[in-house]
Amino acid sequence: MIALTGKNQSYVLVLYGLCFPLIHVAHAQFILKMAAVQGGMGDADIKTDIKTEPSADGFGNNNANDGRVLSASPGSSSSTGSNKQTAAVTPEDQQTLLAVLQFLKKNKLSESVEILRREPGSDTNSDQPDVSVVLSAYSQQGDPTLYKVYYRDLKKFIETVLDCHRAELSQVFYPLFVHMYLELVYNNHESEAKAFFEKFSGDQECYYEEDLRILSGLTKKEHMRGNETLLDFRTSKFVLRISRDSYQLLKRHLQERQNNQIWNIIQEHLYIDIFDGMPRSKSQIDAMSGSLAGEAKREANKTKVYYGLLKEPEIELPLDDEDEEAENEEGKPKKKKPKKDSVGSKSKKQDPNAPSQNRIPLPELKDSDKLDKIMYMKEATKRIRLGPDNLPSVCFYTFLNAYQGLTAVDLTDDSSLIAGGFADSTVRVWSVTPKKLRKVKSAADLNLIDKESDDVLERIMDEKTASESKIMYGHSGPVYGISFSPDRNYLLSSSEDGTVRLWSLLTFTCLVAYKGHNYPVWDTQFSPYGYYFVSGGHDRVARLWATDHYQPLRIFSGHLADITCTRFHPNSNYVATGSSDRTIRLWDVLSGNCVRIFTGHKGPIHSLAFSPNGKFLASGATDGRVLLWDIGHGLMVGELKGHTDTIYSLRFSRDGEILASGSMDNTVRLWDAMKAFDDLETDDFTAATGHIHLQDNSQELLLGTYTTKSTPVIHLHFTRRNLLLAAGVSQL
Amino acid sequence: MADREERRFAEVSRESVRLMAEGAGVELGDDVAALLAEDVCYRLREATQSSSQFMRHAKRRKLTVEDFNRALRWSNVEAICGYGAQDALPFRSVKEGELFFVEDRDVNLVELALATNIPKGCAETMVRVNVSYLDGKGNLEPQGTVPTAVQSLSDDLLKYYQQITRAILGEDPHLMKVALLDLQSNSKIAALLPYFVYVISGVKSVSHDLEQLNRLMHMVKSLVQNPYLYLGSYVRSLVSSVMYCILEPLAASINPLNDHWTLRDYAALLLSHIFWTHGDLVSGLYHQILLSLQKVLSDPVRPLCSHYGAVVGLHALGWKAVERVLFPHLPAYWANLQAVLDDYSVSNAQVKADGHKVYGAILVAVERLLKMKALSLSQSAEGQSGAHPGSVVGAVSYRVNSPGLSPPPEPLSEAALGIASHLQVGGAGCHWEEWTPVPLPAMYCELYSFFGDSLAVRFSTGTGFGTHSPCTPSQLGDSRKEPPGPASNLDTTRKMPQLTANLNISPRQDGSPRTDPPPPTTRGAPRSAGLSREVFPKARFTSPQTTPPAFSFLIGGRQMGQRCQGRRPFQTMFATTPPVSAIPPRTYAHKLPVIGRVGKPVRRWTCSHYSLHLPL
Repeated sequence: MIALTGKNQSYVLVLYGLCFPLIHVAHAQFILKMAAVQGGMGDADIKTDIKTEPSADGFGNNNANDGRVLSASPGSSSSTGSNKQTAAVTPEDQQTLLAVLQFLKKNKLSESVEILRREPGSDTNSDQPDVSVVLSAYSQQGDPTLYKVYYRDLKKFIETVLDCHRAELSQVFYPLFVHMYLELVYNNHESEAKAFFEKFSGDQECYYEEDLRILSGLTKKEHMRGNETLLDFRTSKFVLRISRDSYQLLKRHLQERQNNQIWNIIQEHLYIDIFDGMPRSKSQIDAMSGSLAGEAKREANKTKVYYGLLKEPEIELPLDDEDEEAENEEGKPKKKKPKKDSVGSKSKKQDPNAPSQNRIPLPELKDSDKLDKIMYMKEATKRIRLGPDNLPSVCFYTFLNAYQGLTAVDLTDDSSLIAGGFADSTVRVWSVTPKKLRKVKSAADLNLIDKESDDVLERIMDEKTASESKIMYGHSGPVYGISFSPDRNYLLSSSEDGTVRLWSLLTFTCLVAYKGHNYPVWDTQFSPYGYYFVSGGHDRVARLWATDHYQPLRIFSGHLADITCTRFHPNSNYVATGSSDRTIRLWDVLSGNCVRIFTGHKGPIHSLAFSPNGKFLASGATDGRVLLWDIGHGLMVGELKGHTDTIYSLRFSRDGEILASGSMDNTVRLWDAMKAFDDLETDDFTAATGHIHLQDNSQELLLGTYTTKSTPVIHLHFTRRNLLLAAGVSQL
Repeated sequence: MADREERRFAEVSRESVRLMAEGAGVELGDDVAALLAEDVCYRLREATQSSSQFMRHAKRRKLTVEDFNRALRWSNVEAICGYGAQDALPFRSVKEGELFFVEDRDVNLVELALATNIPKGCAETMVRVNVSYLDGKGNLEPQGTVPTAVQSLSDDLLKYYQQITRAILGEDPHLMKVALLDLQSNSKIAALLPYFVYVISGVKSVSHDLEQLNRLMHMVKSLVQNPYLYLGSYVRSLVSSVMYCILEPLAASINPLNDHWTLRDYAALLLSHIFWTHGDLVSGLYHQILLSLQKVLSDPVRPLCSHYGAVVGLHALGWKAVERVLFPHLPAYWANLQAVLDDYSVSNAQVKADGHKVYGAILVAVERLLKMKALSLSQSAEGQSGAHPGSVVGAVSYRVNSPGLSPPPEPLSEAALGIASHLQVGGAGCHWEEWTPVPLPAMYCELYSFFGDSLAVRFSTGTGFGTHSPCTPSQLGDSRKEPPGPASNLDTTRKMPQLTANLNISPRQDGSPRTDPPPPTTRGAPRSAGLSREVFPKARFTSPQTTPPAFSFLIGGRQMGQRCQGRRPFQTMFATTPPVSAIPPRTYAHKLPVIGRVGKPVRRWTCSHYSLHLPL
């Protein structure tokens, strides 16, 4: 019905136009118009619409305000309107118009001729060609040359609207441009498509450059079939957020002009999320736009997210045997000590934002986990409190002789092991501490040992296999993602060969190959509680797995392009994925639903990090910017500019005061995360509309820039005592 | 439109398609070839697009053949084998056929199989950790850190930059020499100047490492001497780096075994060198330098090594500077120094040794001052009676030409104006505006009261100065050729040979940098052709002197002045080699750089080819 009223309005325009200077033309025009109407559609309800529309849309007002447009409108609406209704174009129309022109000329009504000619393209400079274009449009079905006219017309309109609306309406340009171009290509109008592209591609925002490059290479219908990115663009709706006023303005304009071509595209391919209130400024819009499919709908970020942390199980800290613990520091305990199982005393208050403890089933703590927790707590007491005045020391792990190409790095939480995934399909693990890596003895040897002894865990290890590093073979493609299990017994690796492999760090062999992605798997990560892990890859879906299931438990689908990185929320109930479609999505592990969509990056996202308190998310992309997100409100809350190349690693310090970012530009930068999050004013309005105004304070937040020696930083890690570890391969 | 398209993408022409089809034995029509060509282009673009994501995920900047093959494989196209080499393959053309092909040499398998020099396997991949930044401060190994902006330079320049910095800051002294020589003469490095200046400004972070400081100072010298570089406002930055080395209590100074004195001397000479050759680039530089030197000198909290730096700095800037800053401060400073020198406690030994260094430096400076002042007076007197106006510079303007040089051709008025304007520039608010010259006899008396007989310069204080001048310009000119000349000249008037200092290489005597001629003699050679600085109308002179100048600094004998303490003789000698000639570095008698300390081995850098040769 909206489409219908759109058309109807143009008729109204015609009727109004009759009262204006073209008295002589009026009659002919009217005839012409009626012919078009009759050819186009049933006219029963048109009559009623004619009566209702003007007042309903405040049409009269506009009429008074914009006399120029209006006076010019009759002719234009007649031409565009008739051309649009391709079915209605008959030779009669053409003849009628020609007749009118001839009649006017004959009667020396040059003024009217001029006006009539000026209408079609509203281009006063080149009258003659425009008229011929209009005329030929009648003969050809859906003349592709008019696309240019439509687009230019709209552009002119948007350029002349009030400043406050211009920025909002300008958002329409890019999706319209792409769709019009694709329509041209789809209809085999190759040269027109090229011309259209040439003419208007320069007007698009610079952050769409990458897409435009892909687009410009695509000039044939056959090419569209294989190009998934563009197919997605065609099938999914581009989401725009526009204030009601601006939207009304646009709608009215399109209806006045009978610009149904554009209107149809807006109807079919765009989702306009209308909000009440002040139109947004250019900077506000720019902050949020840039993704492949526009901004997120506001409803998309309304779901409640339980971002709080799970209550830690209480473990009594054994104070008596301090020394013994210190001995066991690296690795497995020599003796299993009977630990008092202090389960679930409700002394600590539950975080109101936290999910219930058993929202998703989590593995029970093993004894060794408890030991590790104790270690963690002990280390935490020695933790350095970081801040702007107390920056962390940085240690750099340089991979030497990595001629085969290092593609992924991970460190265990206690910083005792480092693993590297390489382009030659190998996975290598190094011990960072003096303690060497040992395999478990063979089955025959295991039979011999005394299973009742206290140090059985030590006895099962084969001293002969002790070495500083171990290599694990199994993949058949570069290893793009790697992740240690929290208990340090397993290692996950994801590879170009489409599999995710689970390795045992006791035997250094592959235990499982999880197949399902079938395409390169770009990233994988263990849940902070173990057992679950997530993977995402070229097939645009992220999968949630459990180590003991060979099939995924959840499939998170929604991204429009490759999933480039995956991260578990600290409470393990949510998974964040970053994608080449330049959006970040947060998925609920329980339901498998997408609960947040964050847009604003202008390039593929390559790193994500949750703040330790679970409230915030940081993301880094190829555009060299780090964006900060408030998960609870679903808002962008900060933009950290400084890097000049892709950010491959992000990490919050253990207490969340500092965010470290490591980049391809050979620097590690430290940002004042506390300040960035403290400065927020999340009043109800911004929370409701999502229109946060970001101040450009990157320079204030930047605490330090540390350059490496020609070594891109591909991994960052804070030790439990807040020493910053970085890793990379020297490019020298 | 077509042009634009071509610029955007590489295209495969229909001719190429037809040729390839012919190669496969298929005849193609024109339209078919055109269609195919277009499709091929599109598919290539598509494959390139998707291959780039393999590159991104491999965290590389360089797209490899491997990436491309992966993209092909995932779009179900057979991968192209045989192009996996790491290096770029040479792409060659045949003239007649407009054919391009990759050179593919035959591999002799038999030879390969029977080869005895089987290459060893690559070194094992490993992880090494190093502490890069402690407490957020980069305190370790700053060399090799490249300012990120360098990345925007062209590859060649970047490589040059990295090689040069690595060579200069690296271990190999020979490489360093080569690098410094190139830096001195390379005409294409203007774009790198900011980065080199940046590297040099790193002096502050290596103050613990004398070796590196020296290397950086050498780098400054090379840059300053490069005739193709217009230093512009970077002079200021260079000067501040050099001043840092002169004045700061370097971390290296804590260890008395470190010969930071030599570094300070070197840096001081460098400072004067920069100032005399490039001082005109920054207005007010002279006064700024003087001010900061004065500030250090008048700050009693500063360690003695800083004071030493200030004194040698002033000395290097010329006797005018000494007269203006050091001389007025001497009475105040003397008290402090004397206190140090009179303290014989063991704990004070080190400080006292430092005090002697300062003492020596002051002595050298004031002797120079006395000599030059006397000379200037005599010269001005001579000039008034003499006939050439060019050589005459009025005593009013305090402009004295070094006697060894022929007079500048500039008109006198300009010279005077230059000075005047210079004073005005720096003079605003400077308290030495009201400075009044002390007459030579008074100055001598005062100095004599401090130094006593250790002053090598003698004047009969009783006689009037107007009639008697201790040495004539011609005498000095002669004496210049043999370093100990002036000393022997004055021997007649000297009663006791004691602490002698002879610094006949001291920088240009005085005058404004704008009007004073640049060093013409030895520097004339390296800066001869195509000098960028020639644009400044400066007079160049040929010097009568041909032998390489030598700079000897000799303090000997026992000091019997007011202090009356025995001093072991020590001597510092710099010999400068002409920069272009390939004379191997002389081994220097460089002993006892610190008073009271014996047999300190000569630091390697001092032997290098690159000790500052001062223009004369």
